[in-house]
Amino acid sequence: MRYAMAIDTKKCVGCSDCVVACQTENNVPIGYCRDWIVEVTDGTYPQLEIEIRSERCNHCENAPCVRCCPTGASHYEDGGTVLVTHHKCIGCGACIASCPYDARYSHPDGYVDKCTFCLDNRVKKGEDPACVSVCPTKCMYFGDLDDPNSDVSRVLKMRKWKTLIPEAGTKPHVYYLI
Amino acid sequence: MKEEIITSGRMNPYIDPHLNIWHWQIPLYLFLGGLAAGILFFAALYTIQGKQDKYRTAVKIAPFITPFILIIGLIALFWDLKHKLYFWQLYTTIRFESPMSWGAWTLMVVTPLSFIWCALNIKVIFPDWDWKFQWVKEVEAFFRRNILVISWILLIFSLILGVYTGILFSAFNARPLWNTSILGPLFLASGLSAGAAAIVLLSKDHFERVQMAKIDLIIIAVELFLIIHMFMGFLASTQVQIDAANLFLGGPYTTPFWLFVVMLGMVFPAILEILELRGYKMPHYIAPILVMFGSLMLRFIIAYAGQESRWLY
Amino acid sequence: MANRREFIKISSIGAGGLALAANTFSWSKGMSFADDLLSPDKKGALRTPTYCELCFWKCAGWVYKDERGEIKKITGNDDDPHCNGRFCPRGTGGVGMYHDKDRLKKPLIRAEERGKQIFREASWDEALDYIAEKLGKIAREHGPECVALFTHGSGGKFFGDLMKAYGSTNIAAPSFAQCRGPREVGFLATFGELVLSPERTDIRDTKCLVLIGSHLGENMHNGQVQEMSDAIDKGATIITVDPRFSIAASKSKYWMPIKPATDLALLLTWINLIIENEWYDKDYVEKYTYGFDVLKERVKPYTPQWAYGITGLKPEMIYDTAKAMHDASPAVIVHPGRHVTWYGDDTQRSRAVAILNALLGSWGRRGGFYYPEKASLPDYPHPPYPKPKRTWRDAFPGKFNLANEVLSTGICDASIPNTARDCTFKAWLVYGTNLIKTLPERKKTLEAIQNLELLVAIDTMPMEITGYADVILPECTYLERYDMLRTNPHREPNIALRMPAAKPKYDTKPAWWMAKKLADKMGLGDYFAWNDIEELLDWQLKKIGSSLDEMKRIGVKKFPRQYDDLYFWPDQDFIFNTNSGKIELYSTDLEKEGFDPIPKYTPHPEPPEGYYRLIYGRAPMHTFSRTINNPNLVDLMDENTVWVNPKVAKIWYLENGQEVYLQNQDGVISKFPIKVRVTERIRWDSVYMVHGFGHSNKKLSRAYGKGGSDSELISKVMLDPVMGGTGMRGNFVTFLTEKPVEEEVAS
Ligand SMILES: Nc1nc2c(c(=O)[nH]1)N[C@H]1C(S)=C(S)[C@@H](COP(=O)(O)OP(=O)(O)OC[C@H]3O[C@@H](n4cnc5c(=O)[nH]c(N)nc54)[C@H](O)[C@@H]3O)O[C@H]1N2
Ligand SMILES: Nc1nc2c(c(=O)[nH]1)N[C@H]1C(S)=C(S)[C@@H](COP(=O)(O)OP(=O)(O)OC[C@H]3O[C@@H](n4cnc5c(=O)[nH]c(N)nc54)[C@H](O)[C@@H]3O)O[C@H]1N2
Ligand code: SF4
Ligand code: SF4
Ligand code: SF4
Ligand code: SF4
Ligand code: SF4
Ligand SMILES: [Mo]
Repeated sequence: MRYAMAIDTKKCVGCSDCVVACQTENNVPIGYCRDWIVEVTDGTYPQLEIEIRSERCNHCENAPCVRCCPTGASHYEDGGTVLVTHHKCIGCGACIASCPYDARYSHPDGYVDKCTFCLDNRVKKGEDPACVSVCPTKCMYFGDLDDPNSDVSRVLKMRKWKTLIPEAGTKPHVYYLI
Repeated sequence: MKEEIITSGRMNPYIDPHLNIWHWQIPLYLFLGGLAAGILFFAALYTIQGKQDKYRTAVKIAPFITPFILIIGLIALFWDLKHKLYFWQLYTTIRFESPMSWGAWTLMVVTPLSFIWCALNIKVIFPDWDWKFQWVKEVEAFFRRNILVISWILLIFSLILGVYTGILFSAFNARPLWNTSILGPLFLASGLSAGAAAIVLLSKDHFERVQMAKIDLIIIAVELFLIIHMFMGFLASTQVQIDAANLFLGGPYTTPFWLFVVMLGMVFPAILEILELRGYKMPHYIAPILVMFGSLMLRFIIAYAGQESRWLY
Repeated sequence: MANRREFIKISSIGAGGLALAANTFSWSKGMSFADDLLSPDKKGALRTPTYCELCFWKCAGWVYKDERGEIKKITGNDDDPHCNGRFCPRGTGGVGMYHDKDRLKKPLIRAEERGKQIFREASWDEALDYIAEKLGKIAREHGPECVALFTHGSGGKFFGDLMKAYGSTNIAAPSFAQCRGPREVGFLATFGELVLSPERTDIRDTKCLVLIGSHLGENMHNGQVQEMSDAIDKGATIITVDPRFSIAASKSKYWMPIKPATDLALLLTWINLIIENEWYDKDYVEKYTYGFDVLKERVKPYTPQWAYGITGLKPEMIYDTAKAMHDASPAVIVHPGRHVTWYGDDTQRSRAVAILNALLGSWGRRGGFYYPEKASLPDYPHPPYPKPKRTWRDAFPGKFNLANEVLSTGICDASIPNTARDCTFKAWLVYGTNLIKTLPERKKTLEAIQNLELLVAIDTMPMEITGYADVILPECTYLERYDMLRTNPHREPNIALRMPAAKPKYDTKPAWWMAKKLADKMGLGDYFAWNDIEELLDWQLKKIGSSLDEMKRIGVKKFPRQYDDLYFWPDQDFIFNTNSGKIELYSTDLEKEGFDPIPKYTPHPEPPEGYYRLIYGRAPMHTFSRTINNPNLVDLMDENTVWVNPKVAKIWYLENGQEVYLQNQDGVISKFPIKVRVTERIRWDSVYMVHGFGHSNKKLSRAYGKGGSDSELISKVMLDPVMGGTGMRGNFVTFLTEKPVEEEVAS
């Protein structure tokens, strides 16, 4: 099983609902976030294009944050997700510095936190991650890459996509439909 | 015009507007680690070479400061941890892929050795020292008998420690400025240079000072070479690395880097040392202090500038 | 033959038909649930139904609490057609409104202490007695018609009833004269029908969506954004007319970067092209419309070449887009917009939109405009309301006769003593609207307020308006209260329940309680004959075959449609609710009132040298003042910026993030600095900012001084002569890069 997310940049309106929904679902403290929105505008008026991306931890297959963690707090979990065991984390910040996507933050309680793909609180119960389930434009897809019939697999087959900073060699599991 | 912005107010002070997770503690820790590594390296080296008496300061005196600076370094590291009470988790596992981990373990080896080293040489400083207990004396004798083995271990681990101070950064290819294999050798060289400078500073023996100054000169030459090499590497690389190099080539770090690290920390002391070797008289502490200052600044500047270099946005 | 007039009559009589039909649902009767505030959902979690009060779309959802009983999250109700189970960011962040520590906490009364005006805390009895006494006095001295209610929010209904019982029908919402008014009047004049809310646009099935300014995606009206996304999925052509590269524009096949204030020129040209090229729906036009030939004649001068000179839009693009609409017709929507009070000719522009839709045959067609239906609930029995002797209209003899709602700004004007006016208002009740930031021409608003004998503000937050009040009544948030059932029209008639998820924090009360208590104190208790709101709601629900218990469990209930279909069936005979019984391309109503029966283009003033047109809009995560201090939403966006084109930035040496003050054509200077955003997304002749920021009340700890306020710079209004709408986009600003001297700063 390989969990993955695909986000349609053509439909995302950048509303940030995914950000608040994650905060309320996962008790992310105010002032922090596990996901965020990037808006890229390219061109000169009136020849313009916007790409909007809802970004979060990419649950990299080759995750530098796992590699550099001195305690094993950052580790791989079911379905290739990358998680942090809070009570093993010493808060050294190495993983934060190692993530090319700046996907991690230091929780005010000291440990490092980031997107979990809502693994324990939702996905294992058969629900979509909070951000996916709330998105008003339904532009996010979540599922198992190994299952050819999952939403993600299907949409990745049908559409052109990209991942972020492939040069970093992290093999992200969050895909952007373009 | 290309405009790339985060619109959802990601206001995490540790990552926005750029990474800001490591402050003074980490560069200080790395500097002290490098300095201790430098001193212990020379102590071990001359012991192995049997030159303890020629390099009395290097072998017997300078190492006395290493336990202190290592401990201060560790305190700085601890200070920086955000989840301090879980500190011990560092020593429940060894993770070879994690520089933090093997750095912690290296310190676990080097710090006790530095204590042992001091213990073996304590009589140099306190001639009347007495270990009081017989078993301590036996342990001391044991170490003394195996001083060569200890020296070898120390030599190797001080090199590892010296390299580690650079690898800690260069392991992070997420930060384009750090993403260069030159940081390891550069930081090692910088540590050795600082170590040599410390010895020069502490030594009252003209011969030893001259020898260490010569070594320092060579190391400084190597450092300059590495720095030039590093920038050439960046400029020949991807846009993000060119951007990273530009932090030093016209960007906000240009003055501090070229002035403090390169001019004051390398070129200037090198000139002073050359002049001194040629027989000019001047206070001998200026050059080594500048070298150590340069070494400290190098860590600070690389730590801070590295956090400002990024892939996205 | 279906007749719209009949329909209106029946549905306004009451729930007769519906109640009968709903009897089939009687299985729900008698079922009783533990009258615990909480009802377990499928997964056993504890949740209570609500509908959202973060904007006026009123999505229905569920409030969840955590183990400690604290409100944790809010999600959409899957059965709700407003939201389809998905809230927008504001709705999701609604929890922040409840947790906000800056909330109003106790009733406050203005008092004088050592020559200084202050608010003192009061008990509810004291505060309500004070109001009751003042209102009694005003009724005796001036008549109850001299009292007005401003309302924009669910609980306003109860105060509306109180007003009617008291003897005034001056119940105004800013959502008319500052918002939807022109489009409702324009569509009413054309189709004899309102656009309503949620809009009757069938976006999910459309093949071509034309957005004129409507910035869906930033304008986060949920159902529409969702349906636009569905339409994108289905490959619909989106055409966006906007001087700014809006999010919607970025999703569009055609973005038309129009010169601001020239939309009517484009619309008339489209109309001309569609007629010239015979791209209109001939049968439809023949069967249903009135005035086609005159229209055809009148729009002849409006050619693409002509429009090019006015709008700056390339003739080919105008042609191609007209063709695209034709190709999609009748599944095409030229969107009526929502906030349409722009340039004072807004009713005429809305008329042009309506005419275009009529020509394309999209009204009453799938993928165009559907016929919505609303569940109607019986009123709880009460004595008949007294008939007021005067209304706000008496202050404007012969004017604004086509306004089908009360003008907020009209009441404001009529509160300033003026010998020419018959009716001067003496008291305002202000429920859930922050007039200071909401109405243009702030000087006038403040002058009006100065002349009042009583201003009562009913709010949840210490917004600017509360600062001018004599009495402040703190309402609990929507998460802590019941309100009337939601009954907005939709494809299927439906109702939604809001119930408290938690006890009110602090000493706050729901509107129903305040209004009923006040009615008792004013001797109007008979109009609120129920004991508490649960009794009222249960009574209403039982009348239509449901019950409060059932609604607590399901939150939303749908009913079968009673009258005709969503769309016309082929060749259906139909009488429109207009004078001619047809879709009036030529408006007899407007003609009668002395206005152009067919829209005409007239140019608007342009910014003087060194000035830029101030345009404004929405950010998806905020609703005006409503969300501006909400911790969760402030976290997403804590200030606005002024968008400046790079060319303009260069002229003024402005840099990204630099703080500037803005000064408008009347010399008004912004109170706070605002940061510059240099972006290609805005035209060089305009600057843009999100409305709602720049708050000046220090009690709003997160909002105070953050960003700039468009409102304070809108000192000039382009009045719509037809219905009194306040066009707000005729203001021009320039940059001050230095902090202005204190005295000059406008307050
Ligand atoms: N997130 C969020 N959503 C909201 C609200 C909110 O507060 N927050 N408020 C709701 C309410 S009450 C309303 S009324 C609606 C309003 O939402 P809309 O009806 O969509 O409002 P507009 O006035 O059309 O929106 C502003 C857009 O008009 C463009 N514009 C400015 N001048 C011109 C012009 O001359 N011509 C053209 N063609 N375009 C122009 C601006 O660039 C901007 O993109 O939004 C609703 N939705
Ligand atoms: N300059 C400018 N002016 C505008 C607009 C613009 O874009 N620019 N937009 C116009 C439009 S489209 C509209 S619809 C109007 C909207 O105008 P308003 O409806 O006045 O909008 P808000 O500023 O959100 O005011 C809401 C008030 O209700 C209070 N409130 C929120 N929840 C509750 C509650 O549960 N109970 C009570 N009692 N009070 C509550 C809030 O604290 C706030 O004071 O503004 C219009 N005015
Ligand atoms: S909720 Fe959906 S549409 Fe909104 S920003 Fe997130 S991904 Fe985009
Ligand atoms: S995105 Fe960053 S935090 Fe997430 S797995 Fe990859 S490297 Fe680790
Ligand atoms: S901060 Fe925590 S999770 Fe990150 S590397 Fe250090 S110990 Fe591992
Ligand atoms: S998957 Fe879950 S944790 Fe990750 S961003 Fe979405 S809601 Fe947050
Ligand atoms: S559109 Fe958003 S803010 Fe408005 S009612 Fe729906 S969820 Fe609430
Ligand atoms: Mo509005």
